[in-house]
Amino acid sequence: LSVLAAPAHSAEAGLEPNTWDEITSYNNFYEFGTGKEDPKRNAGQLTTDPWAIQIDGLVDRPGSYDLGDILSGVSLEERIYRLRCVEAWSMVVPWVGFELADLLNRAGVQPSAKYVAFQTLLRPEEMPGQRTAILDWPYVEGLRLDEAMHPLTILATGLYGKEMPNQNGAPIRLVVPWKYGFKSIKSVVRITLTDAQPPTSWNRYAPNEYGFYSNVNPEVDHPRWSQATERRIGGGVFSPRVPTRMFNGYAEEVASLYDGMDLMGNF
Amino acid sequence: MMGAARINRALRRVPAWPVYVVGMVPAVWFFWLGATGGLGVEPITALEHRLGLTGLQVLIASLAVTPLRRVSGIDLVRFRRALGLVGFFYIALHLAVWLILDLQSWQRVWADILKRPYITIGMSGFLLLLPLALTSNTLAVRKLGPLRWRRLHRLAYLAIPLGAIHFVMLAKGWQIAPLAYLAAILGLLALRIRGLRTRAAA
Repeated sequence: LSVLAAPAHSAEAGLEPNTWDEITSYNNFYEFGTGKEDPKRNAGQLTTDPWAIQIDGLVDRPGSYDLGDILSGVSLEERIYRLRCVEAWSMVVPWVGFELADLLNRAGVQPSAKYVAFQTLLRPEEMPGQRTAILDWPYVEGLRLDEAMHPLTILATGLYGKEMPNQNGAPIRLVVPWKYGFKSIKSVVRITLTDAQPPTSWNRYAPNEYGFYSNVNPEVDHPRWSQATERRIGGGVFSPRVPTRMFNGYAEEVASLYDGMDLMGNF
Repeated sequence: MMGAARINRALRRVPAWPVYVVGMVPAVWFFWLGATGGLGVEPITALEHRLGLTGLQVLIASLAVTPLRRVSGIDLVRFRRALGLVGFFYIALHLAVWLILDLQSWQRVWADILKRPYITIGMSGFLLLLPLALTSNTLAVRKLGPLRWRRLHRLAYLAIPLGAIHFVMLAKGWQIAPLAYLAAILGLLALRIRGLRTRAAA
């Protein structure tokens, strides 16, 4: 990966990224185990080259897009984003990636498309977590088309200017910074444009706990814990709790996507 | 039962106090690890989970004393009070870390106890352990009398499974470990029910 030009346009002053070590050793990636340190320990064996993304559904140019080919058509930039996990912890990550809209436009989104469905690699021989039915594999996620086309929504291929570590979703993953982390699906192999809301893994597992939208919202609690505050990773044993912000601090950019929508019902 | 008799004879010479000392060493170790980066980049949750899990394991050990004697003849009853108290200390530390380091506010704690079923259940388990811990001394046994004391301490049969249910409920996804702990506890309790029946029949 080449050295990047200027820092992201969406990075705000004073947003200090977590360290490389923090970002790459504390992960939720159940394909490699349910412990936070399991992905780092178990993801080394994942083959990420060759890699292709199958783009299908309501697009003009469906097919298998080779990763190298995808990357030759986009310009990578750094985006320093807050990441808020549904478990009430957070980080700041300097992603390297490009806007998802660039890829979707390349595939040619048809007017009838309303949603985008994503799928993670299914390869139990390299992903030990998939040998247990913790979730219904493969992991799937979804966005409304306007969310997917939003300029904040990126596909990331690296962090800290380096290639994406396997435990963080190599070689290519989604990043939707105003939604809880699990929406930002990792190791993407398939993108499908649809006219119906696609199923999503955590929603299927516990529909009362994880909604399709899963926008960061301090006013809508998870049934098992409050979402009003979060703890920033890296503060040690006396790390303070800080207030969680609406849309994870990106309200100015994304609140209009949900004008008039009941965010309590559509959590 | 020859082996068991020999083990019991040897154990008779072992005092109970080392159980407290050895039992609490991991707690000190966990806090040390947490303070020095050994529990990873998010030490608060890690500390909370390790203390809670160790507490549950020690309490399960205390629950296994009677079935073990019945099955193998090995008698650890002399160490059971120490096991119960060590388990209680871990659960108390688990609670303290949750309150002081994790939630950092009484209001948040109170709201969670009322609103979150898995916390309500965990807290109920702790409250049921409290009278047991307070009466785990010779004076209390004498004051209550053995019959009432034993009846009171049957609360453990409720408190410990509540702890395991709390563990099952907080897991995300279908995780095996919490269910295995719950199954082990229910198994130990089932052995006890069978034991009571045979005793009643005899």
